[in-house]
Amino acid sequence: MRMPKPRGPLSEWVVARLATPVDGGHAPTADEWDDECIALWTLHEMSYRGFEDAADDAEWQPAMLAVRHELEVALEQRLRRRWPGADAEVADVPAALEAVVAADDGPSLADHVRRRATTDEVLELFRQRSVYQLKEADPMTWVIPHLPVRSKAALVELQYDEYGGGDPNRMHSHLFARGMVDVGLRAEYGAYVDDALPETLELNNALSMLGMHRRLRGAAVGHLAAFEMTSTLPSRKMVQGLGRLGLDGPMAAYFDEHVEADAVHELLAARDICATLAEDEPDQAAEILFGAFTCVDLEARLATALLTSWDAA
Amino acid sequence: MTTRPEVEEFDHPDVVVVPHGPMLLRGATSVQGVDGTVHDVRRPVVALCRCDKSSRLPFCDGTHKVIPRR
Repeated sequence: MRMPKPRGPLSEWVVARLATPVDGGHAPTADEWDDECIALWTLHEMSYRGFEDAADDAEWQPAMLAVRHELEVALEQRLRRRWPGADAEVADVPAALEAVVAADDGPSLADHVRRRATTDEVLELFRQRSVYQLKEADPMTWVIPHLPVRSKAALVELQYDEYGGGDPNRMHSHLFARGMVDVGLRAEYGAYVDDALPETLELNNALSMLGMHRRLRGAAVGHLAAFEMTSTLPSRKMVQGLGRLGLDGPMAAYFDEHVEADAVHELLAARDICATLAEDEPDQAAEILFGAFTCVDLEARLATALLTSWDAA
Repeated sequence: MTTRPEVEEFDHPDVVVVPHGPMLLRGATSVQGVDGTVHDVRRPVVALCRCDKSSRLPFCDGTHKVIPRR
């Protein structure tokens, strides 16, 4: 993958510095949220698969880490400001997670796909989703070493299934790639980053930040739980919507796989990962709920942006 | 940080009945449904439907979440 097109002065500076690392110097201020989002996405990507036109050793360059840090501080502040907070004592973590998910009143992309979406809208949704789905589960793998024994074992059990149980053909990101080809889209990693809305990038940046920072381990697994808890029923609706549009090949199979898989994953995530983490590290209970809120909030923002652009809000 | 000693032996049952939810089954390689059909299992843990309303019996599809709890 090549680096994305810059969207302002900050991302222009980041892309130039990653291509030709020079130590020192000050990054310009982003002129827009979009510029900030693509800059942080590009910096994070250096820790995943990287770019063919970036210098590999720029990943750990102090000047680049400084920009990454500054953007992450701003992102985390944004996310925390939106969170209404948790009760002083969280007695039942799975029940508290259910309450966070139930309080979500954001619009449903899956409902739109099931009933009304056009093929073009569905393809646009896949282009947006592909930014994450082509590396599905990867951000959560960062979290494994940050966890105590029970939640670590449970996360590995869940991730093993995400990665196809060792079978590359069943790996979820690969199932998605095959789905992309089947609906006539490009499947190579990062193919549609230049088309990504800032809402899509922010959703990905938040997930990478939660995954990479040990301090944010509670929020990371809370995000995972909320993600899995809001997947089975919407995945069924996606299958129905794709059937309605005659797209019932490998992409429908991808969503179909998630109905059964996530019926398991949501329970592993809430009970075996989040609840045991909160038991072992009680100060993480509120953080788990912060992560869960962040997941549903960012999803709602992306759904609103897409539905508004389709005049379907 | 960690308040529990990490040397204890933890419960890790193969079958877990989830309150208001499905039954989790670890390590199965096949499951027979009520109609006699045998389904291959390829994931490490499966969720078996207990509300009988799943669209893909014998597996859970999350439908129990939209059924009022008795």
